[in-house]
Amino acid sequence: MENISGFFLQNREAIFLVILSIFLGIEVISHVPAVLHTPLMSGANAIHGVVIIGAIIVMGHADNTASMILGFLAVVLGTLNVVGGFVVTDRMLEMFKKKE
Amino acid sequence: MNEVSQFQFGIPILEFTYILASVLFIFGLKMLSHPLTARRGNFIAAIGMGLAIVATIMFHRKNGEPIGNIPYILAAIIIGTAIGWIIARRVKMTAMPQLVSFFNGMGGAAAALISMVEFPHVSPDLIAKSGMANGHVLAILLGLMIGTISWAGSMIAFGKLDGWIGDLRIKSLKYLNLTILAVLIGFIVFIMTRHVQASSELSPLIYIMFAVAVIYGVLFVMPIGGADMPVVISLLNSFTGVAAAMGGFLYNNQAMLTGGILVGSAGTILTILMCRAMNRSLLNVIVGVFGGGGQTKTSTTGTVKEITISDAAVLLSYSKKVVIVPGYGLAVAQAQHVCHELDKLLDEKGVEVKYAIHPVAGRMPGHMNVLLAEADVPYEQLIESDEINPDLPNTDVVVVIGANDVVNPAAEDDPSSPIYGMPIVKARDAKNIIVMKRGMGKGYAAIENMLFYDAKTRMLFGDAKTTLLNLVNEVKSI
Repeated sequence: MENISGFFLQNREAIFLVILSIFLGIEVISHVPAVLHTPLMSGANAIHGVVIIGAIIVMGHADNTASMILGFLAVVLGTLNVVGGFVVTDRMLEMFKKKE
Repeated sequence: MNEVSQFQFGIPILEFTYILASVLFIFGLKMLSHPLTARRGNFIAAIGMGLAIVATIMFHRKNGEPIGNIPYILAAIIIGTAIGWIIARRVKMTAMPQLVSFFNGMGGAAAALISMVEFPHVSPDLIAKSGMANGHVLAILLGLMIGTISWAGSMIAFGKLDGWIGDLRIKSLKYLNLTILAVLIGFIVFIMTRHVQASSELSPLIYIMFAVAVIYGVLFVMPIGGADMPVVISLLNSFTGVAAAMGGFLYNNQAMLTGGILVGSAGTILTILMCRAMNRSLLNVIVGVFGGGGQTKTSTTGTVKEITISDAAVLLSYSKKVVIVPGYGLAVAQAQHVCHELDKLLDEKGVEVKYAIHPVAGRMPGHMNVLLAEADVPYEQLIESDEINPDLPNTDVVVVIGANDVVNPAAEDDPSSPIYGMPIVKARDAKNIIVMKRGMGKGYAAIENMLFYDAKTRMLFGDAKTTLLNLVNEVKSI
């Protein structure tokens, strides 16, 4: 019990942030036309590529070969997620723009 | 001395950049949900990401130590960028859904790898103080579990959409899945209640847990098929978001936290919106059987009537109103350009041509719009199915090109049909129906379509592109 309350106190800012972000995410997305479902999913997909920051931190402080290799792999995959995600989304949206 | 001053100088910049990045993510996502600003929104989010990455490499400190191994990090980023860029640019537009799934899986895998590396490194002080049951360990374990499920599931979804993995439908699978999920949670509880000096003593358990999570991810997606695939991808997308947010907890990193949670919640809402577009509940998608499983009452009575290309051309040319219903078949045949050619020709002859776009036409919501936009079909000509349905009784000809389930009247007539309740394009209300199909094969949901046996329906068999080309030539010669 002490652990739980301690955890709560320690992370109260993060928990705050999480709750606000949840509402923000819902608010930002509601009322989106079906046309944009796919590009939006793809764009959101690119944004969670932010996990690459963690991968960089892992690699930047890796102290043995195993961590190094796993970290390297994580950075490569994270970058794939980020770059691939944004480029694909852009390619989809390019199609919408043309007939202005 | 120098290091101290750098420390004081770098951290505020880093934190500020993270806040900036979070704001850019939010703006980006917001702009992505409007057609006019969408492309800029994507770009803005990408800038936020770029800033966060650069700032992390330059200013991040862990116990005062800067990021090392920078050449390797840059090498990894360059490799990832090159591969990601090439794949994203080269892949055909029709393969877009599986590509999104693939990239999503990569993010999940990255999150899982981070957890694997960090697990043995949980600070011994923390373990001495509060045991294994602390937020740090929980974030690592959840990141591992969710990231792995997302990765394994996305790869299966990728394989299914690409057509090299079939559906696996066993009734007992859902109980097996629930059991595996319980086992995974059991693992987390077990690890967190151990009394050890260092977390590395428990490392083998992490790898077993990883393997179990892979199995769960695979079995979770295996039974889901057909039109439900986009919903699953969207769901896995929000999973990866949550996995990334776990990293945010772990490193007390606000950019990862907001970015991850934002995608987690936005992705969940998007998933629900997609379900709603198909008139299904999320639970139904996950545990229900869609396609193939259900027995339909409708027996295949009646005959299929064909029409010749020239008759079809005459019929179309002398109509007032024509509605085209494009489906995945059109996309696969890469026929969207020829299709647009046909609609321009008819337009010159004074025929009013519109496209009826079903919410899940193609393989994903909005997929068909993207494909038709690629062929320069004006946005105003694309009408959503709900809007065009009341107009269909006054329509002379509906041309169904490579679509099947989205025009299947069973969705309205047959309560025993697995697609019952799904909104459809009410093609059968039109005065005439022309269906272009490769053969009498069934649609993705693998059920019979009574529309093809309707008295008003005429079939044009063959590859969509060839048939359309022939049709264009015929119409030209009239």
